[in-house]
Amino acid sequence: MTEKPSFAGQRWHDMGGGAAGAVPKDQHDFSLWEKRVDALMIIASSQGHFTVDGLRRVLEDMGEEAFETMTYYERWIAAVNQNLIEAGVYTTAELAQRMTAVAARGTTYGEAASE
Amino acid sequence: MPHDHHDHLSPSGHPYRPDDDHPLTYWQQMEIAVRELLIEKGVTTAAAINAQIETMDARSPAHGAAVVARAWTDHDFRAALLKDASAATRDMGFDIGPMRLIALENTDTIHNIVVCTLCSCYPRNLLGLPPDWYKSRAYRSRTVKEPRKVLAEFGVTLPDSTTVRVHDSTADMRYVVIPQRPAGTDGWQADDLATLVTRDSMIGTGLAKTPDAA
Repeated sequence: MTEKPSFAGQRWHDMGGGAAGAVPKDQHDFSLWEKRVDALMIIASSQGHFTVDGLRRVLEDMGEEAFETMTYYERWIAAVNQNLIEAGVYTTAELAQRMTAVAARGTTYGEAASE
Repeated sequence: MPHDHHDHLSPSGHPYRPDDDHPLTYWQQMEIAVRELLIEKGVTTAAAINAQIETMDARSPAHGAAVVARAWTDHDFRAALLKDASAATRDMGFDIGPMRLIALENTDTIHNIVVCTLCSCYPRNLLGLPPDWYKSRAYRSRTVKEPRKVLAEFGVTLPDSTTVRVHDSTADMRYVVIPQRPAGTDGWQADDLATLVTRDSMIGTGLAKTPDAA
């Protein structure tokens, strides 16, 4: 017999009860692009393209490393995008083409966001 | 406009994440692309996105403070709020959405504190977006295990005789704490009382301000 796996029935995002340091009190105001991500999530989900459970499924499947290395709204846009592709709203090819076009507009967010 | 982000300066004095003036990130690139595709596909419009941002920006702890102050001064409203916070806040004109809202009343013997251990569920339609710490690993992990230590980090020390109740939010159920009305506020009008109600007091990591601290 091999050793029992150490899985305790708890996935990484299920953080309740874990050990952690002091609660960080740093606060930032949301930048425009973050507010836009929030708005896209609310609008696309309210129109039935995906649910909050769909958003969370992708966030949770991204794993713990993403939680540590990506910001909150970075994870959200990744999850929104994944759900929209799965819902057939646009294709990965359309996304890739548009992202290339966006990057070609300039090197800052302000420039790239201006069509 | 290449520099339209300069029109969106912080209203509170907090720094924005330093994203706007830095080189375009991959995720920002994705946001722009997704937004444009959604507009082209007719899912939404630029105006609707702006309107949603304005709606979200307009939500703030002041809305929750008005609810709390009314609960302190209006016996019937307090009863209605504790029975069904979704309906009671909706009746006050707040668009709290489809999620169930539950009001938790602090008393001389019970202190309530709210967390979302699984993600970042928060009564955002009433209070606005959650503070960064609410979404942190430390808050999510420790609040259900050692709430008094977490409270102490927020400057709240409760007597041992006070029961601390921790409420874990879900995607479908959100909580708002009704803090205790501070002493020395007899006869105050609801509008004045609302100025004592802080965001943290409605999450449970704080108490309402006292009149001399307001």
